[in-house]
Amino acid sequence: MAEYVTLAEQFAQPRQQREADFMGMYVFLGTETMLFGGLLALVYAYRVIHPQASAEAARHLKIWIATANTAVLLTSSLAVAFAVLAARHGKRRIVVAGLIVAMLLGMTFLGLKGWEYLQDFQEGLAPGIGTPSPLRAGPAALFFDLYFVATTLHAVHLTVGLGLMLWAALVVARRRVRLPGQAIVIEMTGLYWHFVDIVWVFVFPIFYLARG
Amino acid sequence: MAREARLLVLIWVALMLLLTSTVAVTYSPLGPLKPFFNLAIAAAKAGLILWVFMHLREQPGLNRVAALAAGAWLAILVTMTLVDLGTRGWVT
Repeated sequence: MAEYVTLAEQFAQPRQQREADFMGMYVFLGTETMLFGGLLALVYAYRVIHPQASAEAARHLKIWIATANTAVLLTSSLAVAFAVLAARHGKRRIVVAGLIVAMLLGMTFLGLKGWEYLQDFQEGLAPGIGTPSPLRAGPAALFFDLYFVATTLHAVHLTVGLGLMLWAALVVARRRVRLPGQAIVIEMTGLYWHFVDIVWVFVFPIFYLARG
Repeated sequence: MAREARLLVLIWVALMLLLTSTVAVTYSPLGPLKPFFNLAIAAAKAGLILWVFMHLREQPGLNRVAALAAGAWLAILVTMTLVDLGTRGWVT
């Protein structure tokens, strides 16, 4: 693994640099955890304060699309995990293939989410779009607003992840990143993607499974 | 490589089973216990992803703490918030 590693001057050995890279990424993802965590904690609080309205609102969310999407994201994480494993073994083609599969699954997720939003809009669940559903009059309205904020914020992160994977696939395919020495590039991209997956793992039960 | 690949697939299978069980819980007659099961299953999924896919099992202790610190504080935040909301009605 040591070949091709470019060691920054503040590090004595590649292993030390590697551990620092991982720590930096974990800390960054910690800040993201606080961003999403605060929002999701708020949803739990709202569910406790308005149990009936939240459950009623949740029953209007498309649970089967979301379940399929969870499976899609978990599978994309597997593809990324394979890409990272291949990167560590210097298997360039498998890295690119794994990233492409993960990107296709990520785009499938966004496609399904868009289809779901369209149905939500047609039912008047979103603020200011179409004829408002009767549910937008009561406390269910804020549950829907939180749902739209959280899922959109997640979709933005997922789009960033898609961009990262596209970039990683390109630099690996063009041999700008040399494996296995610079596998850290794929490892860090993978960490971000898995984090986006974990966020969805919590978004799914907190909104969709709040049916009471 | 084959052994590591098998572990990754096993984790994916476990994640899919957990997904199935959390949906099953939602349609079960567990009533008010459902959110606890759903959250516990989500935590289990996150744990598997963190430990294997996100490489925590290979990391030194310091990096594990760095990765889990935000989650630990978040658990305190959520617990205290829910305890507060859940017990407000006790004082009249």
